[in-house]
Amino acid sequence: MGRYVVRRLLQMIPVFIGATLLIFLMVNVMGDPIAGLCGERQCDPATAARLEQEFGLDEPVWQQYLTYMGNVFTGDFGTAFNGQEVTELMATAFPVTIRLTLIAILFEIVIGVTLGVVTGLRRGSPVDTGVLLLTLVVISVPTFVTGLLLQLLLGVKWGWIRPSVSSEAPFDELILPGLVLASVSLAYVTRLTRTSIAENRRSDYVRTAVAKGLPRHRVVVRHLLRNSLIPVVTFIGADIGFLMGGAIVTERIFNIHGVGYQLYQGILRQNTQTVVGFVTVLVLVFLVANLIVDLLYAVLDPRIRYA
Amino acid sequence: MPDGRHEPEQAIAGTGMGGTMDLGVDEAEALEKRPGGGGGPGPEGKPRSLWSDAWRDLRRNPVFIVFALVILFLVFISLWPSAITSGSPLTCDLSRAQEGSRSGHPFGFDGQGCDVYTRTVYGARTSVAVGVLATLGVAVLGSVLGALAGFFGGVGDSVLSRITDVFFAIPVVLGGLVLLSVITSNTVWPVIGFIVLLGWPQLSRIARGSVITAKQNDYVQAARALGASNSRLLLRHIAPNAVAPVIVVATIALGTYIALEATLSYLGVGLKPPSVSWGIDISAASPYIRNAPHALLWPSGALAITVLAFIMLGDAVRDALDPKLR
Amino acid sequence: MRGAMHAGWAACAMAVALAATGCGGGGDGGGSDSGAVLSASWGDPQNPLEPSNTNEVQGGKVLDMIFRGLKRYDPETGEAKDMLAESIETSDSQNFTVTVKDGWTFSNGEKVTAQSFVDAWNYGASLRNNQRNAYFFGYIEGYDQVHPEEGDQTADTMSGLKVTGERTFTVKLTQKFSTFPDTLGYNAFAPLPRAFFDDHDAWVKKPVGNGPYLVDSYTRGSQMALRKWDDYPGDDKAQNGGVDLKVYTDNNTAYTDLIAGNLDLVDDVPAAQLKNVQNDLGDRYLNSPAGIIQTLAFPFYDENWNKPGSEKVRTGLSRAIDRKQITDTIFQKTRTPATDWTSPVLGEDGGYQAGLCGDACEYDPDAAKKLIEEGGGLPGGKVTITFNADTGSHREWVNAVCNSINNALDDERACTANPVGTFADFRNEITDRNMTGPFRAGWQMDYPLIQNFLQPLYYTDASSNDGKWSNQEFDDLVDRANQETDTAKAIDLFQQAEGVVRDNMAAIPLWYQNGSAGWSDRLSDVKLNPFSVPVYDQIKVS
Repeated sequence: MGRYVVRRLLQMIPVFIGATLLIFLMVNVMGDPIAGLCGERQCDPATAARLEQEFGLDEPVWQQYLTYMGNVFTGDFGTAFNGQEVTELMATAFPVTIRLTLIAILFEIVIGVTLGVVTGLRRGSPVDTGVLLLTLVVISVPTFVTGLLLQLLLGVKWGWIRPSVSSEAPFDELILPGLVLASVSLAYVTRLTRTSIAENRRSDYVRTAVAKGLPRHRVVVRHLLRNSLIPVVTFIGADIGFLMGGAIVTERIFNIHGVGYQLYQGILRQNTQTVVGFVTVLVLVFLVANLIVDLLYAVLDPRIRYA
Repeated sequence: MPDGRHEPEQAIAGTGMGGTMDLGVDEAEALEKRPGGGGGPGPEGKPRSLWSDAWRDLRRNPVFIVFALVILFLVFISLWPSAITSGSPLTCDLSRAQEGSRSGHPFGFDGQGCDVYTRTVYGARTSVAVGVLATLGVAVLGSVLGALAGFFGGVGDSVLSRITDVFFAIPVVLGGLVLLSVITSNTVWPVIGFIVLLGWPQLSRIARGSVITAKQNDYVQAARALGASNSRLLLRHIAPNAVAPVIVVATIALGTYIALEATLSYLGVGLKPPSVSWGIDISAASPYIRNAPHALLWPSGALAITVLAFIMLGDAVRDALDPKLR
Repeated sequence: MRGAMHAGWAACAMAVALAATGCGGGGDGGGSDSGAVLSASWGDPQNPLEPSNTNEVQGGKVLDMIFRGLKRYDPETGEAKDMLAESIETSDSQNFTVTVKDGWTFSNGEKVTAQSFVDAWNYGASLRNNQRNAYFFGYIEGYDQVHPEEGDQTADTMSGLKVTGERTFTVKLTQKFSTFPDTLGYNAFAPLPRAFFDDHDAWVKKPVGNGPYLVDSYTRGSQMALRKWDDYPGDDKAQNGGVDLKVYTDNNTAYTDLIAGNLDLVDDVPAAQLKNVQNDLGDRYLNSPAGIIQTLAFPFYDENWNKPGSEKVRTGLSRAIDRKQITDTIFQKTRTPATDWTSPVLGEDGGYQAGLCGDACEYDPDAAKKLIEEGGGLPGGKVTITFNADTGSHREWVNAVCNSINNALDDERACTANPVGTFADFRNEITDRNMTGPFRAGWQMDYPLIQNFLQPLYYTDASSNDGKWSNQEFDDLVDRANQETDTAKAIDLFQQAEGVVRDNMAAIPLWYQNGSAGWSDRLSDVKLNPFSVPVYDQIKVS
């Protein structure tokens, strides 16, 4: 177990370097950000040169990358164009997005797994077909359409909720955005659980458990569900990173000032420091979440042992 | 966000659990009766392969038939949009902006006064092209790399696994915003290229997983013992077994790629005019949701039906290929 | 698209900072609560909130609330009036003596003196400080030393600025500039307290100025709480308890929040919602002219657009655009078809001349076709209009303009819109001279003078002459106008120069943009100044 974790941690290093380098290059491809800073006017050459120097843009890309990574390891993520430290931006953005992600994941687990179990146990029933169709519709309509529609109906027409989220972004205001963000993943979790439950329902250990005369709920929860959750857990684990970074559309619709908003703003202004900084943290979150998921397998399935 | 990365199957294949690993059962039987041993059984006695089984299942599955017809129809109007429309999607008259439906214009007009029906029909071409071509690219690139890595293992495999990790770690929408915002071409190729670039790791993971599973089957070991070359092993014995999960995931991903194009257009980095696509129309109509919901409804509906059709098709194929679910 | 929006504003703009408010006075009206705070939409400022570093409207909004300069543009008329200036005297239009009024302090108690201005201006001009608006000080003698084109600066202060007493200083310009005092209402010329220089980081986190509001708290990228400064010495005291500015990424969301009752004031109603305004807000909506004009500029460095006859092609394109239909439909009459290259907010006396464009701005498909044919046709038979797509409504009008051109020319592929992902990229394409066809050019005035609508945009090598148009006749007329001390004569010369722009169709004028605002039923007395910024201090909250 210990060796396995160490090996996994070592594997993270090249992935981390690769991902940050890739995003660094991508943002650099976007071109010179200075021109956008002077409004509808050409920056005077002297100021432009000064600005380039200040943001380190006058050096070759590889050197910028090395300097940047060197700074990151000392906790310095650079400064955004508006003079704010990127770490400061992170300190305000990440708590909001973490709350949003928690709500989204909660929806995935509670609604997704429940629906999955129900439909999996009743394959072919009207309930199954209904839920199946619903999940497919959710998958096939783009998030921004769902989001705008729900915002208009719940926020304006019926006045049940605030159509946007205040800057403090408390949990209760994040419920609808969380649901919109989770919707697609929710549909996947449902389908995944359903398939997995349907498969395992016929396995020997379930038959044995039933034959032993165990009560039905115990069979479902202790035996069937526990084994069926492995693919679901994998999916949710990988989803954490995506939910946090992929909330660009949701955060924009509901005016949430989280990670997605900062990334969007950073991209519009071609602010390398902000974009790379946030993505770096997201990459770490993604890698750690994956590791935790893999370790969870051993808990869920005693047959799996890590050496 | 429907962007193709949420794949249940990937999770299954990735952990080596679930249905895909059992696909080779019938194939082992087929191996024994392979041609080369002389005349072989006649047409009646032909061994039922996984594929013919699946095909027989599918032919009787009404869901499959309905959605296959939908897809055929989509392909048809993508190739010959003029068969069911008379107008041009680029003919727009601002004086009719946002008007509702009327004779000759069943879906009404959008914010620029273009005919929504014509644009929805013509939009199919771009959207289907993005979906099909991107999926082909992803499937070919991903499965070739994944299969090679899975088959040969070793350093190449480790490197590829780490590379796929790198791509997985970058949020897709973010990548789209960054990469596509610098491209000025107004063809569909940048969008397709982008999807292939960020989509292949997913397929390569699945292909790798199923090749590793298939590699351990007895019939492969037997063929190896008989002296089959690597290329023969990979192409004749392993690939046919490993390709099923790839097909399944690809059909589902296809739908999500079409939806991804719409999201990219919403963020202003998708296809550019004079391209006509559902994504462009949906994003253009979304601010007008209160005044001209029809301009949003029709392209969204067309998109949803298309995505649905491909996902259902993929689903039906998966069920047919998975003996456990019979 | 709020985030996007302000990029767009910056685009149109520049600077704006401005002026809001005038001298309110008037006391509280019945039923209003002078302690109540209103919430208003905002966009995240692009640059740090230093006066000489803010060149877009969102940062300008705040500066206008927390600073007062020597001059101030009247919120109604746009006229430059003395604010902190007791007098600005000159005998030769080149040497000025400024006297600052007594009794003004910054909100931290420090006195506003001549030194406060001179230090601020030197800071703004100094190359070392990377101030985006440094060029505003370019006319002052000694600017070349503190802000050389190349190399290191050789001085820290401009030789043209001299403090001659606690409340007086002199300014020496490098050339005659008769309207120089009128430019001093611009934000870049605001005074700065010692705290700005002594603890700069702390100041930027929570700016301190001398305007009617104080910054109470500032969470960057999210919101800023401004409160009334009770001891404000001016006569334009805030009529409300304060303003909470909230950052919106998408102005559609801000509008949605307004109609759901979560927000009191939206100062930029999105084009898509204009149709609903009557229904949602009734008379709680305002649409008033602002000093903004939208044009299409041409790449004169591309020989396709700079050969004999191409002015006919440009004029033909201009006549192929049905401005009235587009402003009526897309913008619901919140913009006015342009008939010259300035803005109605200047007024007739200020140089605005309706109809100066004449036939060249009239929609006439037949004439358009004929002109384009005579001029040798569109280069390659096609034209693309480039714009930055990160703001929502640009896409809509560019598509409409293209459709109008296509319909006029009976060729549905004659014109295509060419979106560029981000404003920064769009500016890069312009500075790198990569444009091959017309592109979006918007201009928001810095100060309400006709000179500001012409010289920065069309003078040879001027900083916002994005198309690189160059015309000796135009340059000469502008030079003569700047030297002219008689205002009426100067304006006449500027209008002659504008005629040169018309004859060459150096840029196609599209429409004058209005400012728009919608508000909740708690507010009254909402106005917009000529820079399209709400006059916050006059708003009453019940």
